[in-house]
Amino acid sequence: MELECTAVTEDSMAVGKETKEEKQWKEMKLSVDDLPGILARLSKIKLTALVVSTTSAGFALAPEPFAWPCFLLTTLGTGLASCAANSINQFFEVPFDSNMNRTKNRPLVRGQISPLLAVSFAACCAVPGVALLTWGVNPLTGALGVFNIFLYTCCYTPLKRVSIANTWVGAVVGAIPPVMGWTAATGSLDAGAFLLGGILYCWQFPHFNALSWGLREDYSRGGYCMMSVTHPALCRRVALRHCLALVALSAAAPALDVTTWTFPVIALPINLYISYLGFRFYRDADRKSSRKLFFCSLWHLPLLLLLMLSCKRPPAGSSGAGEPPS
Amino acid sequence: MWNRVLFGAGLFHSVCHFEISRFCPPRKSCHDWIGPPDKYSNLRPVHFYIPENESPLEQKLRELRQETQEWNQQFWANQNLTFHKEKEEFIHSRLKAKGPGLRAESGQKATLNAEEMADFYKEFLSKNFRKHMCYNRDWYRRNFAITFFMGKVALDRIRKKLRLKQKKTSS
Repeated sequence: MELECTAVTEDSMAVGKETKEEKQWKEMKLSVDDLPGILARLSKIKLTALVVSTTSAGFALAPEPFAWPCFLLTTLGTGLASCAANSINQFFEVPFDSNMNRTKNRPLVRGQISPLLAVSFAACCAVPGVALLTWGVNPLTGALGVFNIFLYTCCYTPLKRVSIANTWVGAVVGAIPPVMGWTAATGSLDAGAFLLGGILYCWQFPHFNALSWGLREDYSRGGYCMMSVTHPALCRRVALRHCLALVALSAAAPALDVTTWTFPVIALPINLYISYLGFRFYRDADRKSSRKLFFCSLWHLPLLLLLMLSCKRPPAGSSGAGEPPS
Repeated sequence: MWNRVLFGAGLFHSVCHFEISRFCPPRKSCHDWIGPPDKYSNLRPVHFYIPENESPLEQKLRELRQETQEWNQQFWANQNLTFHKEKEEFIHSRLKAKGPGLRAESGQKATLNAEEMADFYKEFLSKNFRKHMCYNRDWYRRNFAITFFMGKVALDRIRKKLRLKQKKTSS
């Protein structure tokens, strides 16, 4: 009698399990209502917003009078280019994203959108984006946009699974948007553009290396070649080195006429703080110090750019040293 | 050691296929259905819809997607199982080296922290490097092929619809 009851219970439990599992199956039908949200996640809209902010900072810091039409075209064009690049990145990485906690809810992983639609969306962003930049702004900015899309999708993304060099390539990808903002305003790649690019380049290392410290298990299992797994000492050394480089680059800003001498002084506390956290990460090499460095990098960059903007070198001649109007 | 290999092979074989046999989509649905992540591969299985008037091109696409799905399932289920098995072995051997008394005292299952596991992560990654290179190359090829065929099928469907519209307007 007892056995029978157990069997019945087990059967009903099995059926219960089945229905629960069945409920988790979703029809792969794209609804128009869901599309904006899906495309936002496909294009990594938050990251795109950050990229557009750094481009805006580059534009605003350039020694040219601020032109709204040009600014809007630049930010729109860069935003579209970033959406395209992020979509292609996700298109390439579906099985890897499925296996990492951080990325397992992406639209292609969940089947909310087909790979064909993802690629079509990327093309629909890249073409107008680059066109806007090339013909609406200037060819130099357009060329940088195309180059950055290529660098991110065809170099950085596949390189992640081949060599730790991917981190350096990724740092260049992050450095190009503010350079694009600068070239959009000035039409040329001068020292100021490289300084801004350099600052963003250096920032990538404490930011990413600290983040990657907590993802070592996922990287190892998923086959990603990251310094934090293969060369842990190098990972921490590079992070610290580039924190210190930020101090040096901030000091170079007034020398290159990008900002006044006030800037390196008022930026020193935050630059020293991130360097201190970089040193703690280098010495302690644990999760706690890596998380502290990562979270610091999240507010350090926007604050640094704001300080730069507030200390922007006024254009020559407007401070009263020029000839009086006749 | 061979016992472990045989056991691993047996388990690998049983998990290399998704358990989608139990799932049946509703009759009136004419779309693919996607399931929850597989517990071994973390990949979501897709139940492909077979339309009544499936063209040869559509069939080719469906078969390619089905085959890629199975190939992916096999790779990642094996990869994840191997990872967890080797991780357990590593933890076991390190804890043993530390001292047998440790586990008995605490009562809980003793684990290693992330810094102690770092050696394992590095070794596992480099051991599987070549395997990943082959997988990456094949994955990129398949992904491009599937997307390309999806494009062809989409164009084909548009052409058919236009032809039908033409026939309707002419008649």
